[in-house]
Amino acid sequence: MTLELVVNGRRFREPVEPHVTLLHFLRDKAGATDVKYGCGEGVCGACTVLLDGVAVNACSVLAVQAEGARVETVAGLGENGSLHPLQQELVERGAVQCGFCTPGVVLGSLEAVRLGLAGDRPTIRRSLAGNLCRCTGYGKIVDAVEAYRDRQGHAS
Amino acid sequence: MSVVRDRPARLVGRALVRHDAVEKVAGRTRYAADFGLPGMLKAALKRADLPHARLLRVDTSAAEAVPGVASILTAKDVPENTVWVDVPGQTFQVGALKARANVLADGVVRYHGEPIAIVAAETEDAALAAVELIDVDYEELAVVTDPRAALEDGAPAVHEEGNLLASWQLHEGDVDAAFGGAHAVVDQSYETQFVDHAYLEPEAGVAWLDSGDVITVRAATQVIEHFRDLARILCVPDNRVRVIAPYVGGGFGGKEDMTVEPFLALVVQRTGRPVRMIWSRSESLLAREKRHPMKLRYRTACDAEGRLVAQDIVIVADGGAYALLSALVLLYATTCAQGPYACPNVRIDARVAYTNHTPASAMRGFGAMQVALGYEGQMDLLAAELGLDPLELRRRNFVERGDTLAVGQRLDTHVALPELADRVEAALGPKPAPSTPERRVGRGVACNLQPYGRCVWLNDWASAWVGFELDGTLVVRIGVPDIGGGQASSLVQVAGEVLGVDPADIVIHIGDSALTPLTGTTTATRQLYMSGNAVLQAAGELREELRPLASELLETEPDDVQFADGGVRSGGRHLPFRDLIGAAAKREVPWHRLSIFRAPGGEAWRSDASWRGRVFPDFTYGCHAVDLEVDSETGHVEVLRYVAAHDVGRAINPQSVEGQIEGAVVMGLGYALSERVVYEDGVNLTGTFAQYLIPTAVEAPEIEPIVVESGEGLGPFSARGIGEPPVGAVAPAVAGALADALGRRLTILPFTPERVAEA
Repeated sequence: MTLELVVNGRRFREPVEPHVTLLHFLRDKAGATDVKYGCGEGVCGACTVLLDGVAVNACSVLAVQAEGARVETVAGLGENGSLHPLQQELVERGAVQCGFCTPGVVLGSLEAVRLGLAGDRPTIRRSLAGNLCRCTGYGKIVDAVEAYRDRQGHAS
Repeated sequence: MSVVRDRPARLVGRALVRHDAVEKVAGRTRYAADFGLPGMLKAALKRADLPHARLLRVDTSAAEAVPGVASILTAKDVPENTVWVDVPGQTFQVGALKARANVLADGVVRYHGEPIAIVAAETEDAALAAVELIDVDYEELAVVTDPRAALEDGAPAVHEEGNLLASWQLHEGDVDAAFGGAHAVVDQSYETQFVDHAYLEPEAGVAWLDSGDVITVRAATQVIEHFRDLARILCVPDNRVRVIAPYVGGGFGGKEDMTVEPFLALVVQRTGRPVRMIWSRSESLLAREKRHPMKLRYRTACDAEGRLVAQDIVIVADGGAYALLSALVLLYATTCAQGPYACPNVRIDARVAYTNHTPASAMRGFGAMQVALGYEGQMDLLAAELGLDPLELRRRNFVERGDTLAVGQRLDTHVALPELADRVEAALGPKPAPSTPERRVGRGVACNLQPYGRCVWLNDWASAWVGFELDGTLVVRIGVPDIGGGQASSLVQVAGEVLGVDPADIVIHIGDSALTPLTGTTTATRQLYMSGNAVLQAAGELREELRPLASELLETEPDDVQFADGGVRSGGRHLPFRDLIGAAAKREVPWHRLSIFRAPGGEAWRSDASWRGRVFPDFTYGCHAVDLEVDSETGHVEVLRYVAAHDVGRAINPQSVEGQIEGAVVMGLGYALSERVVYEDGVNLTGTFAQYLIPTAVEAPEIEPIVVESGEGLGPFSARGIGEPPVGAVAPAVAGALADALGRRLTILPFTPERVAEA
């Protein structure tokens, strides 16, 4: 079957097998290697993308389910080559070590802040539970999300 | 030559943003699996379905008929199927530590998931379909899974030579006499478990044939020096194999032994085509090396003041089915088994056995971590016996500079343990009250020591190239694999510090065995120590080579020339590097430098009880404390607070140091409370992240890292290594806190809710 979808503003029209996951499609057909394969079972969150604005694990969505959808990956954030403010906070606060979980962390926590699920630190931690990280111990990621949330508060 | 004068540091000691972090957060970093070449094959492995069996027949005919299959290789197709495991990296031969493993199973499989065949096909689907169609006839063999049972007479033999993989013996003083006259004796057994590294990036790589018939493997690895092992397997000269390590998505020791590399290289050699292999998470959990489980028995005696008089320690480790780094892991365990405590009489009997489990090998802490559960448990037990505060008992026994460990190694540098203990105690404050009457709060402390740098008799070395471009920008070339700890960015800071170049004007090329000077493995908490010193040396020598020219151009004395602000300065005059290097090029003054840093060497330990000497360059010390709350009915443990203090000598990047400490603490909490690879008669039942539970942001507590800078260490600017040290003290601190809360000590890791509830 033929799949048509938009990835980071770019339109794709590609033949796709029905069993192919959105993760595989994005990495192998759409060149979106910023979407990471970490576990393939919807636990680690490294493949988090925004599907029509909603954060999903791309490994747990079939590509054909994304027919006609708008997909955003971390590479689509930021404008004119500059980092999104949340990305900036993650970098400055030392929340990026090996960086493999980072694209998923960025998109997952962006959604948490947008939905008002990033209140106090325990709440931020709960909202990050779907994004495993083995390097940082999470503290500096929580710091960054907290700082970004405060920036948003001041902005609005 | 001192390359650093007394003046305020410009870059070292500052929490600079890491250059790689910007690329990573934008999703631009090309990890091993993110790279491809036109027309590349996709490769997959047929793995053993049983933990121990004879291979009667491996029939690939049906698999070969799958459309799109390009090549299938079994053991007979591997030019040299036996890998001699030395210590990875650039070592001299160390006969006692050699062991063998097979690239592909040959006649017998010895663990569940052992590779039997490689399939390369046009698509991943075709490769996986073909793997399913490889028909293997097994004759099941008796399985041995307990290392103690494996060492008994009549145990099923994992290898013909017997199941004893390695053994270290040590006897200092007169242990039996000391026990006779002791004031108090505690005798306790402890057990640690199989643990997975569980980095987020599964093993992956791409390989191709490059010009000059060089087989090039770009893979997630901590060791680009494996090009030599690959050359042996392929039976080609060393210079026909190249390994490139892109930025790695976590290592922790799990990418120290080879993973995908030999399989990729074999397919390239066979087909001439580019090929990619990515292991699934379940494959990684199933068959990649694990942390050694250890069974420990500690008998410990002290005098009336609580000073240790004797330690009698028996260690039996499970090495799994192949040797890999087991002998070294056990050596670390043996050397560190007495903990950071002085003791005149020490006897250690350490053995590691083959079993039909996944091979055990390197993991952060490397043997020195497992024994901390034992030596710290003993300190708690003795403190209780004597009615002393646990930290006070430790204070009475801390090793000091000038002391000699039982193995014979004298401690030459500052031992900050008393200060670390004070800092932790001050940070703790009063023990919190339970949140409900049914719950109990416990507090635990633990100290540890962990070596940084490799065993001295490995004659470790590291090389680095530092040079200017004609426009005044700086380039560092060094074969360091960056596995996420900031290995590359720390080197940028060191080079920039010495030469006065802004980090934005420095580019570092890393991890390429053909194009960057070899600097050794990113293992053993050695990289800042070794490659940091290599860069320090190269940058310092380059500076001194340029100094006479700079003094001439600035019309000043050489000693008055400062390298600062992107150029050279004297008084009010400043010459940018662009002009200095332009002049150097015309005058044939070198403007780049290749240097080798050599670690101090020493005599090798030959595993007899009478050997005494230096094993490691130095140690990093730590003191941790934890408050936790236990629901004794459900066994649920909530970590309320965690304080971790380490002397890092000098923090090159304090933020990276904190990151190492915080990440290690959470990894240690997973080890303490939830992580366990479960086997049933050798069959690995742990195949998903839904079963193998690493801590999420919810389980991870708020951590207070305390970074102490004693100004003493063997790395650049007196830094000590910090990659591994903070992981060791966590489980014993948790064990102490649980004992404090429950009134009973748990001794078998992990302390799962079931075990806590039953305690």
